[in-house]
Amino acid sequence: MGNIDLSFTNLDQDKLTELKTYINELERPEESLIHVLHRAQKLFGHIPHNLQFFVAKHLNIGAARVNGVVSFYSFFNEEKPGEYDISVCMGTACYVRGADTVLHTLLERLEIDKGHVTEDGLFSVRDVRCIGACGLAPVVTVGEKVYGHVTDDMALDIIDKYRGEHNDN
Amino acid sequence: MMTDTTPKMQYRIALRNCGFINPENIDEYIAVKGYQALGKVLSEYTPQKVVNVIKESHLRGRGGGGFPTGLKWELTARETSDEKYIICNADEGDPGAFMDRSILEGDPHSVLEAMAIAGYAIGSNKGYIYIRAEYPLAISRLQTAIEQARSYGLLGNDIFSSGFDFDIELKLGAGAFVCGEETALINSLQGLRGEPNKKPPFPSVSGFRGKPTSVNNVETFANIPAIIMKGPEWFQSIGTKHSKGTKVFALAGKVNNVGLVEVPMGTTLREIIYDIGGGISDGKAFKAVQTGGPSGGVITEENLDTPIDYESIRKIGSMMGSGGMIVLDEDTDMVELSKFYLDFTQDESCGKCTPCRIGTKRLYEILDRLTQMEGTPEDLDLLEELSHNVKDSSLCGLGQSAPNPILSTIDRFREEYEAYAYRTKKTTYSIDEDKCIGCTKCSRVCPVDCITGEVKQPHVVDESECIACGACYNACPVDAIIKP
Repeated sequence: MGNIDLSFTNLDQDKLTELKTYINELERPEESLIHVLHRAQKLFGHIPHNLQFFVAKHLNIGAARVNGVVSFYSFFNEEKPGEYDISVCMGTACYVRGADTVLHTLLERLEIDKGHVTEDGLFSVRDVRCIGACGLAPVVTVGEKVYGHVTDDMALDIIDKYRGEHNDN
Repeated sequence: MMTDTTPKMQYRIALRNCGFINPENIDEYIAVKGYQALGKVLSEYTPQKVVNVIKESHLRGRGGGGFPTGLKWELTARETSDEKYIICNADEGDPGAFMDRSILEGDPHSVLEAMAIAGYAIGSNKGYIYIRAEYPLAISRLQTAIEQARSYGLLGNDIFSSGFDFDIELKLGAGAFVCGEETALINSLQGLRGEPNKKPPFPSVSGFRGKPTSVNNVETFANIPAIIMKGPEWFQSIGTKHSKGTKVFALAGKVNNVGLVEVPMGTTLREIIYDIGGGISDGKAFKAVQTGGPSGGVITEENLDTPIDYESIRKIGSMMGSGGMIVLDEDTDMVELSKFYLDFTQDESCGKCTPCRIGTKRLYEILDRLTQMEGTPEDLDLLEELSHNVKDSSLCGLGQSAPNPILSTIDRFREEYEAYAYRTKKTTYSIDEDKCIGCTKCSRVCPVDCITGEVKQPHVVDESECIACGACYNACPVDAIIKP
């Protein structure tokens, strides 16, 4: 894990206070780790190692248990995602309708590997488990926005659209 | 003589209210007789009678296993304990399946009502819904529904002045397929890694917090209020000898009408795919239909007329599973499909038992080797032997069923595996000379300039240079390009 800043000074203090309050109000903290991690990820966008320590400390459990749970479940990110987090659904329906080539197209255009972030921090791309929108297969989501019947060309348009939006701001 | 070609109609029990009522308004659910079943059991039935009714209906678990629901309740009811729990398994992780999501989003109260009925039957005052975090809309609708039910006194203390208390809480999953297995789900509910336990003890004896627990699936619950209202005889009258009622399938893949279908048990796959699904999309030929997701297998043309129920679908080499039904057309590569499923299971294996953790990975590697044209004929034997080993020795259902996609496809499409193993599979594009009109579109888009030919003369692909990118295939206006 390398050196971990246990003073938590690089984390947003207001958000830490909010997380601490949430933990203190739990009825059964000993079985609420997953809910706490959901809250932590919602607040911070990802769960870096020192945030895992913070959770462990306040739930009074071992950091290894926290890390064990964070790394077990695919929903939790230890790495910060891009400003636009692109998910390509790899459910079977999407797969047979070409989701793998859509994923490949996105990765090739952004010149990154699956699960990583572009150098400018703008985009991250990952494959996700079935999101249950099989009628729209293949499906790509960017944040909460869902794109259905995505072709390779549409995938590239999606990148251009968000890059344009970012540049306008 | 005229034959009756009218397709059997869909029959909605689990989906009876989806799309018809506003799921965010409890009054609309009550207007369609919602919560009357709960009122009926609390005022007229003993808990044992509820168990008996569900047993008589022969309702079986819709999550995949098909275990009799009434028996599960009875086993939990007969345990003595200060606390018992009802858990709704809404961790719908099977890729290509979304029936539970639709029920939760479209008719959340039917699940809440059924959980309260189940609680009364087994002697539990507390229910938990374990739901995927990937379903935010279902979560918010459930939350709304729970609050409305509480404010109407339909959840909480002394429901219908019967002295029966029951409340429900939501618990979020975090993306782990194995959590569909009930002991793994219970571990996850307790804030642990979602690893399964050895059974026995079964959850009915020692489940959540070590107390007797009944874990039932969303679709199973959605059937309960209807069974209570209309009686077990009515439910029994629908379906086949051993599988009663209906099943919801998520029809997807290369079929014209995608979406959810709810049909009586005993409907044939041909009726589902052709009469309801409208046949194969883009005018392609049917190849197979995949059911049961990563735990299931493929069903081919010869079995399309088999009436589908829990038993018959096993006999033809697949399984009911939770209801995913992916239609595959002639273009589907069965070895690639197996590789897709094994990539999924090896990634989702929790790592607790060795056969699954290492076995699924090795299976994936063999398939990967084959599709990279680096395999050997011996790999086919190895693939089959290892598949049987993983099936026989894994701890839970995930590992025990993970090799099914391989065994099922290697049985029916062995020639496709052999084409890879003997390296006789064609991997490059070519041109049908009779169809080619010499328009030159293909040669202009070819990124490696390996297509040559005069204008208005048939063109030729230099297959030693072809990189199989497919650009020519997409450019050709007359379908003259032959895929690998």
